Amino acid sequence: MAEKVLKQFTVKYWKQNGPKDANAHFEEKVMKDIPGDTSFLEMLDILNEQLIEEGKEPFVFDHDCREGICGMCSLYINGTPHGKTERGATTCQLYMRKFNDGDVITIEPWRSAGFPVIKDCMVDRSAFDKIMQAGGYTTVRTGAPQDANAILISKEDADEAMDCASCIGCGACVAACKNGSAMLFVSSKVSQLALLPQGRIEAARRAKSMVAKMDELGFGNCTNTRACEAVCPKCETIANIARLNREFIKAKFAD
Amino acid sequence: MWLCNSSIGRKVVMSVTGLALVLFLTFHACMNVVALFSAEAYNQICELLGSNWYALVATAGLGALVVIHIIYAFILTIQNRKARGNNRYDKTDTPEKVEWASQNMFALGVIIVLGLALHLFNFWYNMMFAELAGTTSQIASPTDGFEWIVYTFSNPVYVVLYVIWLCAIWFHLTHGIWSSMQTLGWSGHIWFNRWKCISQVWATIIMAMFLIVALAFALCPDCLGGLDGRVVPFEMAF
Amino acid sequence: MTTKLDSKIPEGPVAEKWSNYKAHQRLVNPKNKLKLDVIVVGTGLAGASAAASLAEMGFNVKNFCIQDSPRRAHSIAAQGGINAAKNYQNDGDSVYRLFYDTVKGGDYRAREANVYRLAEVSNSIIDQCVAQGVPFAREYGGTLANRSFGGAQVSRTFYAKGQTGQQLLLGAYSALSCQVNAGKVQLYTRYEMLDVVIIDGRARGIIAKNLVTGKLERFSANAVVIATGGYGNTYFLSTNAMGCNVSAAMSCYRKGAFFANPCYVQIHPTCIPVHGDKQSKLTLMSESLRNDGRIWVPKKLEDAKALQAGTKQGYEIPEEDRDYYLERRYPAFGNLVPRDVASRAAKERCDKGFGVNNTGLAVFLDFSESIQRLGIDVIRQRYGNLFDMYEEITDVNPGEKRITRDGVDYYNPMMIFPAIHYTMGGIWVDYELQTTIPGLFAIGECNFSDHGANRLGASALMQGLADGYFVLPYTIQNYLADQAIWPRISTDAPEFAEVEKATEERIQKLLNIKGKRSVDSIHKELGHICWEYIGMGRTKEGLEKGIKLIDELRKEFDTNLFIPGDREGMNIELDKAIHLDDFITMGKLIAYDALSREESCGGHFREEHQTEEGEAKRDDKNFFYVGCWKYQGSDNVPPTLIKEPLEYEAIKVQTRNYKN
Repeated sequence: MAEKVLKQFTVKYWKQNGPKDANAHFEEKVMKDIPGDTSFLEMLDILNEQLIEEGKEPFVFDHDCREGICGMCSLYINGTPHGKTERGATTCQLYMRKFNDGDVITIEPWRSAGFPVIKDCMVDRSAFDKIMQAGGYTTVRTGAPQDANAILISKEDADEAMDCASCIGCGACVAACKNGSAMLFVSSKVSQLALLPQGRIEAARRAKSMVAKMDELGFGNCTNTRACEAVCPKCETIANIARLNREFIKAKFAD
Repeated sequence: MWLCNSSIGRKVVMSVTGLALVLFLTFHACMNVVALFSAEAYNQICELLGSNWYALVATAGLGALVVIHIIYAFILTIQNRKARGNNRYDKTDTPEKVEWASQNMFALGVIIVLGLALHLFNFWYNMMFAELAGTTSQIASPTDGFEWIVYTFSNPVYVVLYVIWLCAIWFHLTHGIWSSMQTLGWSGHIWFNRWKCISQVWATIIMAMFLIVALAFALCPDCLGGLDGRVVPFEMAF
Repeated sequence: MTTKLDSKIPEGPVAEKWSNYKAHQRLVNPKNKLKLDVIVVGTGLAGASAAASLAEMGFNVKNFCIQDSPRRAHSIAAQGGINAAKNYQNDGDSVYRLFYDTVKGGDYRAREANVYRLAEVSNSIIDQCVAQGVPFAREYGGTLANRSFGGAQVSRTFYAKGQTGQQLLLGAYSALSCQVNAGKVQLYTRYEMLDVVIIDGRARGIIAKNLVTGKLERFSANAVVIATGGYGNTYFLSTNAMGCNVSAAMSCYRKGAFFANPCYVQIHPTCIPVHGDKQSKLTLMSESLRNDGRIWVPKKLEDAKALQAGTKQGYEIPEEDRDYYLERRYPAFGNLVPRDVASRAAKERCDKGFGVNNTGLAVFLDFSESIQRLGIDVIRQRYGNLFDMYEEITDVNPGEKRITRDGVDYYNPMMIFPAIHYTMGGIWVDYELQTTIPGLFAIGECNFSDHGANRLGASALMQGLADGYFVLPYTIQNYLADQAIWPRISTDAPEFAEVEKATEERIQKLLNIKGKRSVDSIHKELGHICWEYIGMGRTKEGLEKGIKLIDELRKEFDTNLFIPGDREGMNIELDKAIHLDDFITMGKLIAYDALSREESCGGHFREEHQTEEGEAKRDDKNFFYVGCWKYQGSDNVPPTLIKEPLEYEAIKVQTRNYKN
């Protein structure tokens, strides 16, 4: 197979030191002879290697597993969180064959009040942890619960719960949302547990406390633009948001 | 109160007020269509909705709905802009899935409010308000709704403005209806598509009804309203 | 001087040891628990589950992770599943059989008592996870589904799509979140443990670097638990996450904790082959693919040559010219032989010139037969996400039919090759998971405890959660029982100051090298040396050469390293340099162990020690022990070997046989 090689393209990347850096700016670097099989992050590794050779500080961004599952990578590439792909994929699953010679690739951080910038394109997503801490669990102690098969769950519910549970907490939904809303993230967790009998017991409490925490942390109000589901690397849908709304309204009326 | 201080609560208020206004629009559209067939019947309806106490209460209610809807729209928009943060993206590539209307509900809302102001000036001010205040106009009696339609749409500037206005409402509704149901929790993998379809159809039907009336009166005022000789010649309108 | 290792294995028959232990161990009363602090480093399956469980019991927990959230730990990437001896499938499974399979899979180099305990608590793990809301796959009747996995003849693997690790980790993370909310766990994210503080011979705290501010901070506790994963990234290219490192474990090793069996490194047979020298990470395809995929290379050398030259494609080679070498060599287990066996068989074929990609370092994994038998829909349902992932990376769709010949459909085969995946070796721990330093515990992949010389698929998740939920929370109490009498340790103690100073000096030393080479360029070189000489096939000469080369690389690192940026604030290159410093020491440690172990077993294959058929040849007479390495005060002085003899009561040690 003749492999595609990108002869030359420009990377325009965001440099910022701390959340309130007034001198935050773009820098540009021309990259040459990058094979199409190189992953996007490997391309940035090469870029950093070149920067270090020049004695400069590397471009900082979050990344870890590079298999699309840890949710660490978080780059806003050419106007889309994680870059544009045919099906859901994270930044680390983006390959250079998707780009062309002469392209200018703009890389920005997630820009949202809920995610302050730490450095360059690395942002602080601890707000998601705080939302989870507010109720994203079933209160069950380690010990001796009943036998796993004592709880029967229909395959449909289990599969649906699994789809909701696939969320990797990367924050692309917030990054894409013009309202900076975290509803897709919150609703995915609420949905997963609401669909399962184990999670039903606390469903009302969970919906209320997670939404309250989300609001408190300054995330915006969902206006159903669907940008979140369009960019979600794990293909979570706004059906989850509808379910969260339902759970929340039900819980409030029951109060 | 969760309807004010939770994001979903605020959205519920938007949804409920919005849906109520959609119902009002539906009624309004049906009523307008009557004017195509019978001036008399139309004016009877107008009379029914004149300065009667129940009509006044309904109008006050309607006004409240609009005001709440607008206030909440402002609150939500301000909060959402704040949540977005101070730094804007240098480059954004809106996904295909995202409808234009959904991204521009506030802008559409502003157009709708401006249109509404015009509409209130054209009709409500000259009819219900005039009736209450006891003022009279040389153009037509406050209870002669038909006449007011003929008068308003005889002005091509108004016609253009109304068409723009109706388009804005159409966009606003195509997103607003399904979005309301989504916010109220009545949606999911199956109902999402249904509601989207219903939104399109419903919004289109209502707006088509309004548009037909407006255009019919603009293009052919003489052939409407049962030709009972009440039609005012064009030059008299100015 | 001889050091005697006490593994503290309880008395009694193997099946009763754990119950006996629990019945007689010391406990901490509820009031005293409130006075006791425990540091848990790491938030993977082991770390998060331990932190959550300890907090639930009443201890005050400080939990650290290097990522921005506990949910990012690399346990999340485990795809296949988790084993448990539930026998839901009624195929004859039992605790004993899981125990037996694990010991056998580990090539009889694991500690019997630990493995039995692991098998025993495996069932509780499933119960616990289901109670937490982990969405395991279900049958239509609502019961849990199982699949089979390498090294076992029963279906005992529970799974959640291809994302079992993710779901289990999110389960543990949610339990942890619950305890953070309850105020029982203090969470420190983007913190890296750089050293352990020892006061009067006991682990009493850690020095951690705040990765955002760059500052060193002191934390004290009554016990320290490290759950920091394995050392696979020593090889630079591995399936580990980019951030995985061995620094926490190395700091314990340097402080006197023994490092056991470092040479046992698992090489996973089904990874996507290396495509170029710019690569920084290898991607694993789940082992579950071997359930329905058949592994082959061409029978004829000329076909292989054509594949390597790119003039022929895999699907063009007809059925009769394919060598399904695993099915040929191991008829009983076929494509489901344990990982080490499958990896070596692939290497053997490629060494003989039958490799199928441009580098000659790949074999085919083919779904044509199973797609014909089950239909593409069933196969896609099982492996759809893996197929998509493969296509995303390589631009080849394994579900795409290419030609039909003689009524047989030929689909695009996948290409796979072995890669470093998991490390069975780790910090030595006794039955209580305590290291040789009192008060310092090691759990999960970072200890050596349960997998012997090779780990079976779907057992890592089991071990991590077993340690964290069901073992450590008990055994740590036995240690903590008499610790509540001491006042809370102040971080102003001179020992803390001393360790912090030493850590700062180490950092300054690295920053002051001011040479020319980047961290990654040196790390890549280390990876090459390790893969070449300390990798899949090891020889005495090779290992000696490896040690020499690492020594040279150490000099290069000490004199020619360049770290841009300042000491203040976030400096990712500095952090990577610290990791590399430890990887270099680790690489040498692996080599020392591999050199001393003159036998082949599990993940350790010495070419001098193989049967005529090329199978691993164990030497139970001379090497039936755990090789523990004791640090000798400097990275440049070879460590000394201390042996913990293995004693088997329940299982008869025999040659592993997957042929019939």
